[in-house]
Amino acid sequence: MRAVEALMAALKHEGVDVMFGYPGGANLPTYDAIYDAGINHILVRHEAGGGHAAEGYAKSTGKVGVSLATSGPGATNLVTPIADAMMDSVPTVFITGQVRTDLLGTDGFQEADITGITMPIVKHSIMIRDPRDIPKAIHEAFHVARTGRPGPVLVDIPQDLSRAEIDYVPIDDVSLPGYQPTHSGNAKQIRLAAKALANAKRPVFYVGGGVVNANASEELRDLARIEKFPVTCTLNGLGAYPAPDPQWLGMLGMHGTRAANYAMDEADLILAIGARFDDRITGKLSEFAPNAKFVHIDVDPAEISKNVPAHIPIVGDAKEILPRFSEEYRALESDESRMKEWWERIEHWREKYPLTYEDSTDNEIKPQYMVQAVWEATEGQAIVASDVGQHQMWAAQYYDFPEPRRWINSGGAGTMGFGLPAAMGAAAGNPEQLVVCISGDGSLQMNIQELATLAENKIPVKIFLMNNGFLGMVRQWQELFWDGRYSHVDMGNLPDWVKLADAYGIWAKQETDKTKLVGTLKEAIEHDGPALVDVRVTKEENTYPMIPAGQAARDMVG
Amino acid sequence: MGDPGTKEVFSLSDLQATGQRIMGRKHVLSILVENEPGVLARISGLFARRGYNINTLAVGPTDDDKISRITLTIDGAEHPIDQVTKQLHKLVHVLKIRDLEPHDTVARELALFKIDADAHTRQEISQLSEIFHGRVVDVARKSITVEVTGSDEKIEAFESLVRPFGLIEMVRTGEIAVQRGRHTT
Repeated sequence: MRAVEALMAALKHEGVDVMFGYPGGANLPTYDAIYDAGINHILVRHEAGGGHAAEGYAKSTGKVGVSLATSGPGATNLVTPIADAMMDSVPTVFITGQVRTDLLGTDGFQEADITGITMPIVKHSIMIRDPRDIPKAIHEAFHVARTGRPGPVLVDIPQDLSRAEIDYVPIDDVSLPGYQPTHSGNAKQIRLAAKALANAKRPVFYVGGGVVNANASEELRDLARIEKFPVTCTLNGLGAYPAPDPQWLGMLGMHGTRAANYAMDEADLILAIGARFDDRITGKLSEFAPNAKFVHIDVDPAEISKNVPAHIPIVGDAKEILPRFSEEYRALESDESRMKEWWERIEHWREKYPLTYEDSTDNEIKPQYMVQAVWEATEGQAIVASDVGQHQMWAAQYYDFPEPRRWINSGGAGTMGFGLPAAMGAAAGNPEQLVVCISGDGSLQMNIQELATLAENKIPVKIFLMNNGFLGMVRQWQELFWDGRYSHVDMGNLPDWVKLADAYGIWAKQETDKTKLVGTLKEAIEHDGPALVDVRVTKEENTYPMIPAGQAARDMVG
Repeated sequence: MGDPGTKEVFSLSDLQATGQRIMGRKHVLSILVENEPGVLARISGLFARRGYNINTLAVGPTDDDKISRITLTIDGAEHPIDQVTKQLHKLVHVLKIRDLEPHDTVARELALFKIDADAHTRQEISQLSEIFHGRVVDVARKSITVEVTGSDEKIEAFESLVRPFGLIEMVRTGEIAVQRGRHTT
């Protein structure tokens, strides 16, 4: 068969039901094969949109997201989604066309060394040199993308090779001698960690996106509830532990709750699970959790002791390790009352510093209120994709996620323009669920062309635009740390969003009245198809509380 | 953190078990990699991106034509070696890494020295190179080229001796190394 038909067969064998892409000269053979492949292909309007859509699909379903692009500029447009997928460990496969092999290295038309360009930001990449390797490369790519610490894999296929005739037999057991991720976790270390937890007087569970990736939420809950252990999640870990919950301290880090950050600060034992001690969590590293011992569970050994030295490292898959941890813990004698003072302290912080804001007394819509309105209109049951900025932090703070894979967000890379296409990918992967995108006026304009994709494919994403006419987070930093010199953050000439959506054929409405907001949001939700609500919010509002970059948890402001 | 007195561990499973940081000395990493295009770029790129400085780098085939060996020396005082090793292990084409212990390692480097020489100094340089078990590989009217192999200390010692004659050019291969005895990487 043609190599591109084998490519499609390999993709189907890997369970691909939808992919996102954009055709061009170098991947024309592939697109010819897509024509009869029976795989749902969604034509995006920019390759970056396709890449983020694949991420949204992967984050919401747990399956591998697939995105295609042609060579040169098509491929380089995938660089941002690839970097984003790397930072957040998103299982993704990116398939790029490449110029013919006789043109490789000659600066041929639409040539770019995409394997070279993306080398620092992929988990793995494969450049095809023999057409017979194409299906094998796909199987290897999926295997590497979804096992161990998940991540992006790039497969680059020269145009002439994709036209060759080859034989294809699917492979189920990929053999890569240099790639042997550890799953099981060292038994002795688990026992040691259980013992440390049983003796801790001020323990905190610090949970990251790795628990979501490992589908280990249930196992986490079982362990956390053996005794009443306090739990906090990172931005990417939201939903890994149900919120709200009596043991839930809220998110931690730069815009986390005081209760979570102060608890980390005073903890004597921190159980880090699938979390990587990012600088947005630790703040000033030398003053991070100064009294704590660290137990660190992670599937990637290189994360252990990278930023913070682990006293008890456990390498492996949280889904395998946590039940064994629970079992070891149950076998130990421990006295729950040892944490009594600790909980009193935590309750004190919770009472004194609840997550709150000053709501408007007139009809003005405060951004925090807007997120609460979204929560109310969706009954807390939506998949929420956000973009990057203040709205993202408010969404993280005020939308309580009852389970994992409901919060689709660019955490590590902080990619503006992520939200709309990611929501599109999540909706494509979850046709039965309500998917909303909370975006900002800056972020939404970064991949606004995907409105066309939504409209064409009738993907019913509900875009709730938090419109303050500012690059809000940058403005906040300028206000707090740059003497209020608002350099280039006023988005000034904003489009008429309702007309714009209308031009694309999307239902839209503007809302400026607080009392009508929930109703308008519901109207959008009930509308059959994609919808946009332009919500005019307070222009200058800050995201608080906040640990200023590079400072310690106890220096929180706001 | 970063206690220089911590136990030295070399295999990935050791690293996983202890998570300790090891710092403080020069490290010779012997890395077996699959013979795939771009492997060296991935490795050197990883070092560049994470700010680890490579002192020497030597690459060559092994007895298995599917596998190459990279011998790489780095200064462990600058960065914790276990982090370097763990990041390298994440590369799919990296098969095996061994951090060779100096006392248990035979390491050699080859250097070529092109030295200013005339009829008067030629003999003296030639004698010096004999003491270092070097070989004169080229003689011209105004220069002499000497090949020296050995440890980096030996090569540096030879360099300091011949530099006063006028060093025109010097080339070093970077160290290659094997463990003593029957053990293999």
